[in-house]
Amino acid sequence: MATSTPTPKLNRIGLPILEYRGGKSTLCAGCGHNAISERIIDAMFEMGVEPERVMKMSGIGCSSKSPAYFMSRSHSFNSVHGRMPSVSTGALLANHQMMLLGVSGDGDTASIGAGQFVHLMRRNLPMIYIIEDNGVYGLTKGQFSATADIGSMLKTGVVNDLPAIDTCALAIQLGATFVGRSFSGDKKQLLAMLKAAIAHKGTVMLDVISPCVTFNDHEGSTKSYKFMQEHDDPINEVGFVASFEDIHIDYESGQVYDVQMHDGSSLRLRKLHDDYDPTDKAEALRTLMKSQEDHEVLTGVFYIDTKKPTFVDLLNVVDEPLGTLPESVTRPPKAALDDLMRTLQ
Amino acid sequence: MATGDLALGQEQGAMSAQSRVVNDFSINVATVNGSGSQSANSVLLKSIFGMGVPVSGKNLFPSNIAGLPTWYTIRASKDGYVARKRDAEILVALNQETAKQDFMALPKGGVAIYEEALNLKQYREDISCYPVPFDKITAEVCPQAKLRKLVKNMVYVGVVAQLFSIDLAVVEHALRLQFAKKQKVFDLNFGAVKSGFEFAEQKLVKHDPYFIEQMDKTKGQIIIDGNTACGMGAVFGGVTVVAWYPITPSTSLVEATTDLLKKLRVTQEGKATFAVVQAEDELAAIGMVLGAGWAGARSMTATSGPGISLMAEFSGLGYFAEIPGVIFDVQRSGPSTGMPTRTSQADLLSTAFLSHGDTKHIVLLPGSVKECFEFGYASFDLAERLQTPVFVLTDLDLGMNNWMSEPFTYPEKPLDRGKVLTAEDLNKLGGFARYKDVDGDAIGWRTLPGTRHPKAAYFTRGSGHNDSAGYTEKPDEYKAIMDRLARKFENARKLVPAPVVVKNGASKVGFIAYGTTDFALRESLDQMQKEHGVGADYLRVRAYPFAQEVHDFVASHERVYVVEQDRDAQLASLLKLDLPAEQVTKLRSILHYNGLPIDARTITDEFAAKEGL
Repeated sequence: MATSTPTPKLNRIGLPILEYRGGKSTLCAGCGHNAISERIIDAMFEMGVEPERVMKMSGIGCSSKSPAYFMSRSHSFNSVHGRMPSVSTGALLANHQMMLLGVSGDGDTASIGAGQFVHLMRRNLPMIYIIEDNGVYGLTKGQFSATADIGSMLKTGVVNDLPAIDTCALAIQLGATFVGRSFSGDKKQLLAMLKAAIAHKGTVMLDVISPCVTFNDHEGSTKSYKFMQEHDDPINEVGFVASFEDIHIDYESGQVYDVQMHDGSSLRLRKLHDDYDPTDKAEALRTLMKSQEDHEVLTGVFYIDTKKPTFVDLLNVVDEPLGTLPESVTRPPKAALDDLMRTLQ
Repeated sequence: MATGDLALGQEQGAMSAQSRVVNDFSINVATVNGSGSQSANSVLLKSIFGMGVPVSGKNLFPSNIAGLPTWYTIRASKDGYVARKRDAEILVALNQETAKQDFMALPKGGVAIYEEALNLKQYREDISCYPVPFDKITAEVCPQAKLRKLVKNMVYVGVVAQLFSIDLAVVEHALRLQFAKKQKVFDLNFGAVKSGFEFAEQKLVKHDPYFIEQMDKTKGQIIIDGNTACGMGAVFGGVTVVAWYPITPSTSLVEATTDLLKKLRVTQEGKATFAVVQAEDELAAIGMVLGAGWAGARSMTATSGPGISLMAEFSGLGYFAEIPGVIFDVQRSGPSTGMPTRTSQADLLSTAFLSHGDTKHIVLLPGSVKECFEFGYASFDLAERLQTPVFVLTDLDLGMNNWMSEPFTYPEKPLDRGKVLTAEDLNKLGGFARYKDVDGDAIGWRTLPGTRHPKAAYFTRGSGHNDSAGYTEKPDEYKAIMDRLARKFENARKLVPAPVVVKNGASKVGFIAYGTTDFALRESLDQMQKEHGVGADYLRVRAYPFAQEVHDFVASHERVYVVEQDRDAQLASLLKLDLPAEQVTKLRSILHYNGLPIDARTITDEFAAKEGL
């Protein structure tokens, strides 16, 4: 039986999407995290990112397993619980030519990892930090996490009586330069945000609501598919045009917030809320706090700053990766030691 | 302890005799923390050094910014002993609060230099007393009241120099080095030194037996603290990423490293070939070190006991996922916060086995500032060769005090960057398995992120993995990795610095020690010879895992005393785990753990008591 194999579509660096895939997922069928992995694959493929240029980082938890399920051609580091930020920082210092993609969860970020998370945001390290946020601990069978909303109910009937940590508000306040929230079920929005994230220089913090089909997808949960379908309130419609694309989108003037990205791409945010300005920190925080009070889940790009220097800029390091500088550069000559010895005599 | 007491009595007897005591005494300077006495102490130390007399200095300071008492002891020793001496013969009492107590603690026949108004002479008659109107002299040479507190210290340097015959020109030279490019500061301070010197010359009548005389035993030697020496080692070891969190007594190690990097490792274009990050805590510091080591950098951190505790989980990841990194631990007294400004050797067991599960680490044990430098750079070679975290254990005594040393010599061997595959290698091989023992040395080949080859990537994890870095919970795959890690550790015995053995004859008694215990033990061995006619052999351990020589040494002696500065005989315990069962009963312990550096007399007396001498 002769069948013709269709030529696979190649991206701008000549790779088929297959080269961006990973191992088979061991997460539950229907887990939001799998959808996020798919969007990461799409975004990296469409942006034509060389897989060998990416370092996939994670902590511990269901979300942190997911880097095994996309981009097998990229080096990956599944570290310890809540400590992915520091490992990522070190890795980037060793080789700042790499692209860092970190995947964390709500427990990994907002509880055990809160300390490292806030300091990562503060440094504006060039990296994409994704929280796959389902409001519960999956691997230990469904305890609340610190992003669970007040009043949210577990399957067992236990009601959460503590307020949620808003990781987006935290990230904006602390210094991340691209902050947004999305939903694993919103393919279009998430893909556009991921592509813009790839083009951004600085810390990108994306909180992606990603329902846990096993422990947190029931009536009474505020992180379920149903709840999200009912309460997802996009603040803007995210459009992204990569630097290498020749696309022109027309919007009514005054309706779009246009952001010129570092690499020449443009992020086009069509306003859905009255005059929301994504470069105004105070407005972003006020809007996020209000949405929490209203029990709505605001999504979209909340904050962006394309000018702020990154941590690597501040360190003023050479262009080459520090890790592979030759000995002639990293070991000072004998004369330097002799000089030091003379001053100590 | 009868014999021990006798020995002590003899020493005191010698001191009270009116014969000259030349180049063999200690000066204890008691001041108030934050009074700026450090420069004066350093100048006095370097002046004695400048007289060619072997010298050592120990700063005994409180965990406090300003106000609490602090002592600095300078020991001059014609025989080259640099360990702490239990009693200092000479007191410079500049702290009113502790003056009487310090004065009462002087040995019979001792010397006291003190502020006139304190009138210490009324309390004892067996001390040579030199009252000095420090405040009056200081006011005369220093019109600015604000600076008097600092300048007063230099007056004592002048008094001491005159009383004990230290050449004023030598003091001037030391002072010039101290204030290298600050002429005004130099002038003010030298003025103070001179007025102290002149006061002593005109008003004090020398009536004690202590003298400094010119020798030639410090020619060509350097003076440096262990923390700076470690930092220098790291810089000449090609460190590129430093992540740290401030903690006494390791802070100055990173500060020295940073200063040297800024001096030696900036390109002509003004770009850094290094990154130093002050992390949010020690968890983050070690995380950054491992992230950087994984991605190919020579990375390090420096900390002390509490930081080591926080680094436990990550250290296990480094061991199991096989990631290089260097951790300097400048030990202080624990447990918990303990005594942050006092020394100790009590982190040995916790670093050797740091983390949960079956974990063991390479631990290097420098015993001098020269070894701080040498192990400082060698640690990076070992970490990358063995693909594992390497701990370098010093202590507060070695790290924060000034030590004499031969000048450091430039590393002979080029950097050993370990087993790393390039894209070209992968082209030839067609692929690789990260944790497979292809060479029989129990070390796999690794690739670095950024290697442009489709087969370069692998998945690093702290969870169970197989030869090809895949996730596993299979019993045989997990066990195979654990067994290979054990083999790798076993092989490391031959790669780490070998012990140093000193044979003193056909003695059946041996001693084992490490780190700063060495200074006191070497002096003690001379005391044992002199006082008891015992010529014991001595092995200084320089790394864990122990080399075969350590086993041989124990096997060839009847009794082996393990001398260390901790309560729980940690070195002896580690040896017991390593030695064959029949050798274990040979070990005996001499322990010192009061926060002060160990001294020779303590060892000699306890040895004599245990041996019934």
